Amino acid sequence: MLLIACPYCGPRPELEFSHGGEAHIARPEAPADVGADDWGAYLYLRANARGLHAERWRHTHGCARFFNALRDTTTDKFLATYECGQPRPHLGEPS
Amino acid sequence: MAELSPALETARLILRGRPAELDAAEVALGFALPREACRSAGVSGRHALWLGPDEWLLLAPAAVADALTAMLEAATAQAPHALVDVSQRQIGLTLSGSDVEETLAAGCPLDLDLKAFPVGMCTRTVLAKAEIVLWRTDEATFHIEVWRSFSAYVRGILEVAGATVS
Repeated sequence: MLLIACPYCGPRPELEFSHGGEAHIARPEAPADVGADDWGAYLYLRANARGLHAERWRHTHGCARFFNALRDTTTDKFLATYECGQPRPHLGEPS
Repeated sequence: MAELSPALETARLILRGRPAELDAAEVALGFALPREACRSAGVSGRHALWLGPDEWLLLAPAAVADALTAMLEAATAQAPHALVDVSQRQIGLTLSGSDVEETLAAGCPLDLDLKAFPVGMCTRTVLAKAEIVLWRTDEATFHIEVWRSFSAYVRGILEVAGATVS
């Protein structure tokens, strides 16, 4: 079974986790000032990356906390997990 | 063979708050809340189980429930927190026996070996399709907390796994 390293609980089986979509998408601070196109992009446009992808996960059946993970979408390998609010680590990719 | 029996009637409280602001709660409880992930602490029938970085499940004898709640509420009045009585939400089960790890492993994906899951460790996890809180109280005994409506299912799963249900 795939083990995912929760930043709080350590390596745990994937059955305990749920996926929360792409990470690091900031909600516009003043939504009323955002045009329809930009708002649509905020709501719906996602990178859909092939390869490294920063995404939100929740340890639903564990500590129940959200955290971020860097996962390779082609191999399903988790390269890093980190707490929400921390910057995305850059691993194995051209900077 | 493992035996599954209902645990004693227990008061259950969920305490949530920033660890740094809960010193007063610890004074009221009489012991320090576990700050290490997935560990429990307790004295004289009162226990605190770490469920998350700002979430603990408090277990206490049913008779002291009201007094403990009032004491905790008074102690934490100045700190942002949530204290919720969940005594009736879930039930406690005790699973004990020499093959208790194998019995649980029928539905629980965690490594339950004593080295990986030592006495005193507690965590929310899954047992087949039900969410449970699993707490190892000694080498051959686990305490299981399960939401009331899932309890028949959990008993059934453990019975199929070979436990004697009483």
